Amino acid sequence: MNLTHDARAALRRSGFSRRDFLKTSGALVVAFSVGAEKAAAQFGGPVAGSPPIGQLDSWIAIAADGMVTAYTGKEELGQGISTAQTQLIAEELSVPFDRVRLIMCDTALTPDQAYTAGSQSHPANFNRNNLAQAGATAREALLRAAADRLGVPVDQLQAADGVISVKQDPAKKVTYGELVAGKKFNLPLDPAARRKHPSEWTVLGKPVPRPDLPLLVTAEFEFVHNVRVPGMLHGRVVRPPAVGATVASVDEDSVVGMPGLVKVVVKKNFVGVVAEKPWQALQIARKLKIMWTPGTGLPSQADFYERVRKQPARDGVLVDSKDVEQKLAGAPTLLKATYLHPYQMHGSMGSSCAVADVQADQATLWSATQAVWYQKSTTAMVLGLKPENVHVIFRRGSGCYGLNGADTVTYDAALLSQAVGKPVRVQLTRQDEMAWENYGNAYVMDERAGLDAQGNIVAWDHESWVPARGNRPGTGTPGNIITGLLAGFEPQPFSPRSPAAAPTMYNNNSNGVPSYFAGNVGGKDHGTGIIRGERVLVHNVESPFWTGPLRSPARLQNTFAHECFMDELAARVNADPLEYRLRHLKDPRLIDVVKAATKSAKWEPRPSPNPARAARGVTAGRGLACVLYEGDNGYTAMVAEVEVNQDSGQVAVRRIVVANDVGPISNPDGLQNQIEGGALQGMSRALLEEVTWDEQKVTSIDWRTYHSFPLGFAVPKVEGVLLNRIDEEATGAGETSITLAAAAIGNAIFDATGARVRRVPFTPERVKAALEARG
Amino acid sequence: MSAISLKVNGRIHRVDVDPATPLLYVLSDDLDLRGPKFGCGLGQCGACTVIVKGQAIRSCITPVRSVEGAEITTLEGIGTIEKPHPLQKAFVAEQAAQCGFCVSGVIMTAKAFLDKNPKATEPEIQQAMSGVLCRCFTNVRMLRAIRQAGEEMAR
Repeated sequence: MNLTHDARAALRRSGFSRRDFLKTSGALVVAFSVGAEKAAAQFGGPVAGSPPIGQLDSWIAIAADGMVTAYTGKEELGQGISTAQTQLIAEELSVPFDRVRLIMCDTALTPDQAYTAGSQSHPANFNRNNLAQAGATAREALLRAAADRLGVPVDQLQAADGVISVKQDPAKKVTYGELVAGKKFNLPLDPAARRKHPSEWTVLGKPVPRPDLPLLVTAEFEFVHNVRVPGMLHGRVVRPPAVGATVASVDEDSVVGMPGLVKVVVKKNFVGVVAEKPWQALQIARKLKIMWTPGTGLPSQADFYERVRKQPARDGVLVDSKDVEQKLAGAPTLLKATYLHPYQMHGSMGSSCAVADVQADQATLWSATQAVWYQKSTTAMVLGLKPENVHVIFRRGSGCYGLNGADTVTYDAALLSQAVGKPVRVQLTRQDEMAWENYGNAYVMDERAGLDAQGNIVAWDHESWVPARGNRPGTGTPGNIITGLLAGFEPQPFSPRSPAAAPTMYNNNSNGVPSYFAGNVGGKDHGTGIIRGERVLVHNVESPFWTGPLRSPARLQNTFAHECFMDELAARVNADPLEYRLRHLKDPRLIDVVKAATKSAKWEPRPSPNPARAARGVTAGRGLACVLYEGDNGYTAMVAEVEVNQDSGQVAVRRIVVANDVGPISNPDGLQNQIEGGALQGMSRALLEEVTWDEQKVTSIDWRTYHSFPLGFAVPKVEGVLLNRIDEEATGAGETSITLAAAAIGNAIFDATGARVRRVPFTPERVKAALEARG
Repeated sequence: MSAISLKVNGRIHRVDVDPATPLLYVLSDDLDLRGPKFGCGLGQCGACTVIVKGQAIRSCITPVRSVEGAEITTLEGIGTIEKPHPLQKAFVAEQAAQCGFCVSGVIMTAKAFLDKNPKATEPEIQQAMSGVLCRCFTNVRMLRAIRQAGEEMAR
């Protein structure tokens, strides 16, 4: 019986009494930052040792045979970005698509671009920086070299299919391979190099099929789950039985002699086993006797949202015109509503997996992390190695939708490999994946608005409470995820602070500011609307669970509240929800997507609820929502059409129309795929998904206890309306449609029934309760 | 441990494993096949689906001894890039994937169903695919691809 130092201390404090234990160690240290997806800046600059981001050779290499290799720090998660980046380089360099090879996220090879997250790959790599600018710089360099070689001015040359020729005399030509011949460019990225205008595109902007599809459907594709290293062993981890439980003792004798056992590994509260085969590792992990201290306990789920309001908070103000209370008091009509959003999980289809090979002071990791560079620096901390001795190689995992178990399982594999000095593969069990995720945040959101005599909004106040703990590990906080914490690292600290300082700059990264606000900060309007009486106050509080970015983090929750409340206001003054929105919007691109979606959906101008609705039985309705994602990263509007069974409370979504303006479209079919997936994932989250827990632990641990729509059901029609803005900047498209689904569906339920459901998910019970409450 | 003989994609393999080992572990760890995937290990998500004697089964909860000698087909066994099965062809034509982790289980589930129900209606296909998950929610394209493949298979 080994008693760790921490366990002894915890036991001494607890005396094995749960009550005492709660008193002394119940203070979970937590922290939160809104807009975690853009936290690269917060976590510091590039990790040392990365290929310099300002040098062309970090991005592009051309072999003697003319094959182009592009290196990128933005990786394929299933969103199609590898295809789009390959198109981009083929376009800028004027080579065929299949002459470009893309290397994604390898800390020994690719430039450090922090995360592949937050719908930032298009803004980062498809405008005037990074990969796109590398392509333009390389093309111009090749043209200059060809001009020297052929003795003809650049403006008389043309480039096509990797060959530069003289316009007037195409027989005079030279290939890229001949010009570069495997040598380096030795050039900085040229900010003045001309990117091709979308009107000239022949590869980018086209629905180029994904090159990974044939491999996927024939089982040739290598996921991280398929990585096999010679001599590789298999690990399993044993997570605590309750939140906050720590290791009191591990009885290694309990598994002695089991087939395949290589080692039992204990490091503080991290416990795992290594065996020759994965099935053996699972048997050993199940049989291993561990005594855990009692957990720290969890607050009741029944009154959780009320409790959240009373926690010490770190406050933030996004906008404040300082006259909101006064305007609300003076308004002839005042409306209030509270919206609730649960913790939801990434729930990746495949449980997370990684392979680590740690030998002495060197480590090689095959990981599906969204941040190879931070995986490098924080795994180094977990292992006690120098970061420069850790090599992280991205291999695609199961779709993650944000911070799933990919980072934590990489620590798991690394710790187990270090303990045995051999390569170890770890794949989490379904329960380990789901019970210890960094969940998408729960949200409590209060909305208040005052209307003038004409029904126009004169003041709107938004106040939210957001419980959070942990986050992405960033460059130096492995304790932000479960394995790091178990191995002895603390999550980022939480320090309450209230009241918040006035904002010095406008930041609507979290879509905390409704689309209808003027967004006045520093004497300048930054928002997409016209409402001048405006305030947004956010209270960040401690969460009992880990939290982290889940596809459209905070943006989805805030938009659900804002867009449903906007509908409530329109209904209050008997206005058409479309007309009422347009009345309060000023951004022309946002107005355009709203008009495009409603036109395509054949929106009938009339107030909600539908005056012709049936009082009982099945009734149909439509709902609208819109947003400028992250305040600057993609315009989108959605119309959802639903049927509500008023006897059962069951909601069936029949049709979803999404209009998107994300700048110049890189691949219309890829964009359509993202719109479809986002809309349906958003629908699943709106109607079914909610993390549950008891006094000790999370109880959503598999697909029977956490609900998701299956592949086969009466799938709604999903229609994308793509506005291709070729003269604008490229913005993100991976999180636009999902951000609107809950709001549009909630508004459609109201339109169909006159019942407003303000709590996600819209389960039949909650819909029925709302139906009864409408009177 | 005991020696077990398996017939996978037309080839006989002899493996020495604990006979209680789920078939999935043998396929992916002993035979190194990339098709069947571990999604949940509980028979809930369908990622591990393979076809045994014409039936789609969940290989993650099927002890290997129970399929000894039976004809086992994985995604690898139904076609290749050069000679794709109609389902593989349709999934590429429809660009029916995002992360692609579920694709193997989806195609194998659809194949077992379409082989027996070549004239299946839309609701029947939906029903047949209701025990399989795609968390990227590529439902629209995958169901369309299955329908198209069904039409070709029925010809």
